[in-house]
Amino acid sequence: MIAAALSSLWSYWRRNPLQLATMIGGLALATALWSGVQALNTEARASYDAAAAVVGEGRYDQLVPRAGETLDEATYLALRRAGWQVSPVLVGSLDLGEVALHLTGVDPLTLPAGAGAAGQVAAVPLAQFLAGEVMLAHPADLAQFGTAQSIDLIASPAITQGMALADIGAAQRLLGQAGAISRLVVAPDQPLGRPPLAEVAPELLLQPAQGGSDTAQLTDSFHLNLTAFGILSFAVGIFIVYGAVGLAFEQRRAMIRALRTMGLSMRFVVVLLGAEIAVISLVSGAIGVVLGYLLAASLLPDVAATLRGLYGAQVAGTLQLHPSWWLSSLGIALLGGILAAASAIWRMSRLPLRAGRDPQVWAMQSARGQRLQLVLGLALLVLSGGFVVAGGSLLAGFARVAALLLGAALLLPPLLEVALHVAQRRARSVTAEWFWADTRQQLPRLGLALMALLLAITANIGVSTMVSSFRLTFIGFLDQRLIAEVYVSAETDAQSAAIEALADDGITVLPLLSVETRIGPQKVDLYGARVAPVYEQYWQFLAQDGDVWSRVAAGEAAIINEQFARRAGLWPGDSIPISPTVTLPIAGVVGDYGNPLGQVIIGEELFITLFPETRARQFGLIGGGADALMARLEAEAGFDPAQMIDQTALKAASLEVFERTFTVTSALNVLTLAVAGAAILMSLLTLASMRVPQLASVWALGVTRHRLGQLELARAVALAVLTLLFALPLGLALAYLLLAVINVEAFGWKLPMYLFPADYARLAVASIGAAALAALVPALRLARTPPARFLQVFANET
Amino acid sequence: MLLKIENLTKSYSGPDGRVPVLQGISLSLDAGETLALTGESGSGKSTLLHLIGGLDHADGGRILVGGQEVTALDDAGRAALRRGMVGLIFQQFNLIPSLTVRDNIRFQARLAGREDPAWAAALTDALGLTEQLTKYPEDLSGGQQQRVAIARTIAARPALILADEPTGNLDEDTADRVMDQLTRLVDEAGATLVLVTHSSALASRMARQCHLSHGRLS
Ligand SMILES: Nc1ncnc2c1ncn2[C@@H]1O[C@H](COP(=O)(O)OP(=O)(O)OP(=O)(O)O)[C@@H](O)[C@H]1O
Ligand SMILES: [Mg+2]
Repeated sequence: MIAAALSSLWSYWRRNPLQLATMIGGLALATALWSGVQALNTEARASYDAAAAVVGEGRYDQLVPRAGETLDEATYLALRRAGWQVSPVLVGSLDLGEVALHLTGVDPLTLPAGAGAAGQVAAVPLAQFLAGEVMLAHPADLAQFGTAQSIDLIASPAITQGMALADIGAAQRLLGQAGAISRLVVAPDQPLGRPPLAEVAPELLLQPAQGGSDTAQLTDSFHLNLTAFGILSFAVGIFIVYGAVGLAFEQRRAMIRALRTMGLSMRFVVVLLGAEIAVISLVSGAIGVVLGYLLAASLLPDVAATLRGLYGAQVAGTLQLHPSWWLSSLGIALLGGILAAASAIWRMSRLPLRAGRDPQVWAMQSARGQRLQLVLGLALLVLSGGFVVAGGSLLAGFARVAALLLGAALLLPPLLEVALHVAQRRARSVTAEWFWADTRQQLPRLGLALMALLLAITANIGVSTMVSSFRLTFIGFLDQRLIAEVYVSAETDAQSAAIEALADDGITVLPLLSVETRIGPQKVDLYGARVAPVYEQYWQFLAQDGDVWSRVAAGEAAIINEQFARRAGLWPGDSIPISPTVTLPIAGVVGDYGNPLGQVIIGEELFITLFPETRARQFGLIGGGADALMARLEAEAGFDPAQMIDQTALKAASLEVFERTFTVTSALNVLTLAVAGAAILMSLLTLASMRVPQLASVWALGVTRHRLGQLELARAVALAVLTLLFALPLGLALAYLLLAVINVEAFGWKLPMYLFPADYARLAVASIGAAALAALVPALRLARTPPARFLQVFANET
Repeated sequence: MLLKIENLTKSYSGPDGRVPVLQGISLSLDAGETLALTGESGSGKSTLLHLIGGLDHADGGRILVGGQEVTALDDAGRAALRRGMVGLIFQQFNLIPSLTVRDNIRFQARLAGREDPAWAAALTDALGLTEQLTKYPEDLSGGQQQRVAIARTIAARPALILADEPTGNLDEDTADRVMDQLTRLVDEAGATLVLVTHSSALASRMARQCHLSHGRLS
């Protein structure tokens, strides 16, 4: 019985392979896009981490010897035994005759996973790395090596030029420093109740993580938005599947009725249909996993890094799909399929057994249903406007995004209906009038594909606006925050003094004094800044009052960052208590996308009077070029390269990484549009056979097939244009929600929104092109329909 | 001479090679004449009608409608001929579902460039469709739909009306009434009518009768 029922269900797909292909294709593409975005996120994260690695594991606290260059292995072991989660690092200069490489030796087994080196190490088989057989370096540096090295060299573009990475054992051997460790990286998660450092290793100094250059928070915001994009892409795919499933079920009514007349229970039929959807979803999901893999591989320039990120860090070289990744992709495909089929199955289960006059078009709605849709859509839009869910949490922000998109999608068909109605009224020729009427009639069936197009265009506008705005902000922020050429952390007073002495040689020294303090209920970082012309040149204020920097220099005012301003509701004109005795007016609010903490900046002199015991440990240096400055500090004052950050290089690296993610985002944009185009194509193709009788009538009345084909194409373009007109404001609203609501909720800052008309114009052309391209095949087919096909309609052979 | 057919042949390819359907049909009709075409199922009546209307290609022979040689026209030419001279009525009504009854009725006349609101109003009145004008085809009964199809055709004042079992889908009473209306309106319009029918009663109402069997007329 089951077999018979299954074979009859399957026979439908055999006779309608195109529909099956639509469904599998839609779901597979959706899954692929979803996993592609995941891949992009992983890749971007890895790249940012790599950038952080350039600055010497600056993300983590470190233990450094109070005296001397290195610490003993015994100290390290003692710490480990005491429960400290630390990882040894040895740095040194590897002399290669002409050039020297800055070699870092790490222990991949204990290195915190977020450390950049951890990502790079994963590029080679772990066993080989641990055995000390390999060393990673930038491809450009490999040429410098002779062949007679005692170690295999592996090119890794993720490594900065002039640097090399090896297992700590190998590094000790190569540098001739057996058992030596330069410093210990402290993992972020430490067991509770471990003995204090002073007890286990009093000879070591805890050097806190360097905050100033950390872009992790900023990129988190970016990733969050990208994830939203991934979900949207997936939704677009689900729309295709929804349409295909609905149609397939609709067209199988008679068959299902027959199955039931022949004695299958409804429950049984529903189970069969559910199983069918599950199988189709899993097959699609599997194809989607492969597509996503190919997508990731082709989109991301650094394929190896991507695969590493996706398929697990433990094995590299061999392409092993990471189970969690493909399982989650399959899961999301299954979920999507079931989601898309649920309403169709539900409707099917309520089908009366007695054959009656079935409403012809399943998607065709009663006027009442349409009104309901209109009201619901409007209600959701109002909701997304935030009039109901005022402010609140991140969840509320996402609810607003969802309400906006869903509401708009629901409103699309009624709005199009109105537009087409107007067009029909105003049509001059009879063909035009028929054209608009016919387009209106197809609206219920094309509605889903058009919603997919709407979402795709909206996502494109929203995300490209977001990404581009983000990019401008990011560049501005980098310019502002990475003013210095070199950023140096001093470990001792002597080093601080050495840095200050550079000012005598015309080098601008910008000490950064900081303390953690509380202002009201808020924990903030209070900075003392030595006001210099560069600040005035690069810093831009979101809000300001008077000549900010001279007021700060005079100790008469403070600057606060945006997240503090928003949280505390303080803006220029308000005052904040800096200490029990000092209250300062706020002179400026500055955008700060680097960390979630509140920051307050006051003048250096005032800071020193308030916190006389605090010494500047961090300095920005300008003048003479980064390389020269670093070389000088290393040679004259014995600075470890790890204490210095080449800000110029860091800025360049960050920008480069960002550009890369930017390119990939635009590629994903194109793909989403392609999926929407596919949705339109599929709907048109499935519509085509149903429309033959009607078109035959018009043809018989004397409209040529050629003309019918033209009209078919014109229809797709007209609908795309109308959808586009609707999508434009919607996309901007989405961008606004992402930049100004989601970001504020998640990170405390609002990203300024810029408009990119040229991008939108390009997008308009692309989406109309996609629609026209999708309609081309059905139109050509129509123009070439053999008259015999039309004649069958009139043959009376009933 | 409005319609002239000379030695028309047509065959279809079947599983065992070409199957002849029409094997040398000749026929002439004057303007205003009415002709009933009868014949067994599968004898080729619809095929003949489709050839006259330029919906299909003949294998041999000539068809002239209003002096124009249908068989020599290309696709666009035949479409133009249908717009200007021919009206087709089918068993399945073939109304345009996206247009209201009113727009369906106007449609063909406007395509032909011969819209005449007074004439259309008279037709809808005569066919009892005045109440239905704002409805859509799916809301009409079969008889009503066929009356709309008739109104649509006659509103365009085609010189030649080809009707293929127009009442085949209707019950007897309705069929009678619809046929009465059709013949009366054809008469009023002075059109030429070729009516395919299985009913000898209907056939006898036409001025001439032809029987199609084995690919020939008798
Ligand atoms: N496109 C086609 N391909 C092949 N054979 C066809 C085609 N159209 C019609 N025929 C065949 O041509 C013959 C005549 O068909 P036609 O439809 O003209 O018959 P008819 O006289 O109208 O029959 P009925 O009274 O049932 O409507 C039939 O045998 C039919 O099977
Ligand atoms: Mg027939």
